[in-house]
Amino acid sequence: MGILKTENLTHIYGEGTPFRKVALDNINLDIAEGEMVGIIGHTGSGKSTLIQHFNGLLKPTSGKVFVDGEELFADKHRLRDIRFKVGLVFQYPEYQLFEETVYKDISFGPKNMGLDDDEVDRRVKETARLVGLKPDVLKKSPFELSGGQKRRVAIAGVMAMEPKVLILDEPTAGLDPHGRDRILGLIKEYHQEKGNTVMLVSHSMEDVAKTVSKILVMGESNVIMYDTPEHVFAKAKELTDMGLTVPQITRVFVRLKEMGIDFPDEVYSVDYAKKLVLRLLEQKKG
Amino acid sequence: MIKDITIGQYFPGKSLVHRLDPRIKILLTVLYIVMLFSASGFLGLGLGMIYLIIAFLISKIPIKMMLKSIKPIIPIIIFTGILNLFFVEGGTVLFSWWKLQITSEGLRTMVFMAVRIIFLICGTSLLTYTTSPITLTDAIERILSPLKAIKFPAHEIAMMMTIALRFIPTLVEETDKIMSAQKARGADLETGSVLQRAKALIPILIPLFVSAFRRAEDLALAMECRCYHGGDGRTRMRQLKAGVIDWVAVAVTVIFMAGIFVLNGLLPI
Ligand SMILES: Nc1ncnc2c1ncn2[C@@H]1O[C@H](COP(=O)(O)OP(=O)(O)OP(=O)(O)O)[C@@H](O)[C@H]1O
Ligand SMILES: [Mg+2]
Repeated sequence: MGILKTENLTHIYGEGTPFRKVALDNINLDIAEGEMVGIIGHTGSGKSTLIQHFNGLLKPTSGKVFVDGEELFADKHRLRDIRFKVGLVFQYPEYQLFEETVYKDISFGPKNMGLDDDEVDRRVKETARLVGLKPDVLKKSPFELSGGQKRRVAIAGVMAMEPKVLILDEPTAGLDPHGRDRILGLIKEYHQEKGNTVMLVSHSMEDVAKTVSKILVMGESNVIMYDTPEHVFAKAKELTDMGLTVPQITRVFVRLKEMGIDFPDEVYSVDYAKKLVLRLLEQKKG
Repeated sequence: MIKDITIGQYFPGKSLVHRLDPRIKILLTVLYIVMLFSASGFLGLGLGMIYLIIAFLISKIPIKMMLKSIKPIIPIIIFTGILNLFFVEGGTVLFSWWKLQITSEGLRTMVFMAVRIIFLICGTSLLTYTTSPITLTDAIERILSPLKAIKFPAHEIAMMMTIALRFIPTLVEETDKIMSAQKARGADLETGSVLQRAKALIPILIPLFVSAFRRAEDLALAMECRCYHGGDGRTRMRQLKAGVIDWVAVAVTVIFMAGIFVLNGLLPI
């Protein structure tokens, strides 16, 4: 059993009212430890609903969720401890900042875990470095920072709890391309440095293709694919039929293939594409 | 969770009652209340009940929703019931013990009052179940608008009510989100002493206020950008118009009222 697992997970909002909505329909997933998972799917497909089940913020209408082999909601008193294992960064997390200083805000989570002051201090400084916040920013009020900086403070606040699984809901929403790359970069760095499991929800295939080791594709309230990027992008046609985009480079290669050039199905990174083209040119020459 | 708090408790539908002109619906509710309070006996109340049941059946509101609206007032019913039971005198003494005694008149008053309160709540809930809060404020503005002649700010008050109602769900949702986010960071909202729990609210209240002010500013700006400048000369997208059905409803209600007055005169029990 992997670090996160669901068994016939179903979630229905507003049961028994005219607003009833099946947000998750019988989801079975098993996510291995150390994986970097990208979740994609269009608006309203249930991505946010799914990830809120992994740390017990939402209770399944039916079905089970396991974290690290332990069933959620089996014992209510364990819920808070499990929440420390699964760190969840919400969409637009900067709206949850509240402390007087950045330092205090980042230390909110670790303090709630009951760590001693030295350990809290170590973690705050380390995560601040990891997300690229300079030491003098730590003394500032979070409300006087720029949007991108606020976002990094909020992410640091969860990272500082050193969860076994870090889940981020659209961490790059509303940022400019440069800010987007920086956030994705720091998440990747965190993953490499700690080797922890990371999940991130994203609307951008481009971003996902660059960062993750597995892709989870959500359709209308169910999981359509859970596989490596190669295998997922090999089904580029299926994805585009569903109204999802595939990376630009994949689209180019799908087109080239249609024109009769023999390329493999699953081109999704520019580096790989470059290699393929060069090899083809070599062959032509030789 | 916090979402379970229903405010406005609108239950969408397309029934005849839903479609009535909201001003007429307010008028009918007022007439219904008058009806209940002028009924002097059980027969009169019975007529009120028939009126309620008819309206209720037409509206297609599930009976469960109606019962839910009575639940919060049960303590009041019990409290007034006990007072009436022991302190209303008259009729024959049914039971007496020490200084307390229950008379037949006391018993009658208790039942009468309880039934009246329940009907009252059911009737007024039917108004809020079948009218969306926005439509309701619209109607209130129209009803109050003659008072503009004496400088009563009817439009401003209605606009404030509309905005407040519009943002209640948003703020509830926002509170929910912030609570989730802080819980994910290990905030403990459920246990601890009163003081600890009050302190635990700080991480929720501060972001909530910050975002409420931000929203208010954004909204004010957006309204000004669309040339909002108060109610003068403003026309409406949704014109309220009372049609034949509305007047039929008024007529039926008036007949019921007359019926109650007649009953009061003939059989005042
Ligand atoms: N609190 C709620 N109450 C009722 N319905 C909800 C609630 N939250 C989400 N839903 C509904 O459940 C469905 C799934 O929502 P969810 O937020 O999980 O989608 P999502 O994939 O995260 O979408 P997005 O990409 O827009 O964030 C949507 O149809 C939404 O309307
Ligand atoms: Mg979402």
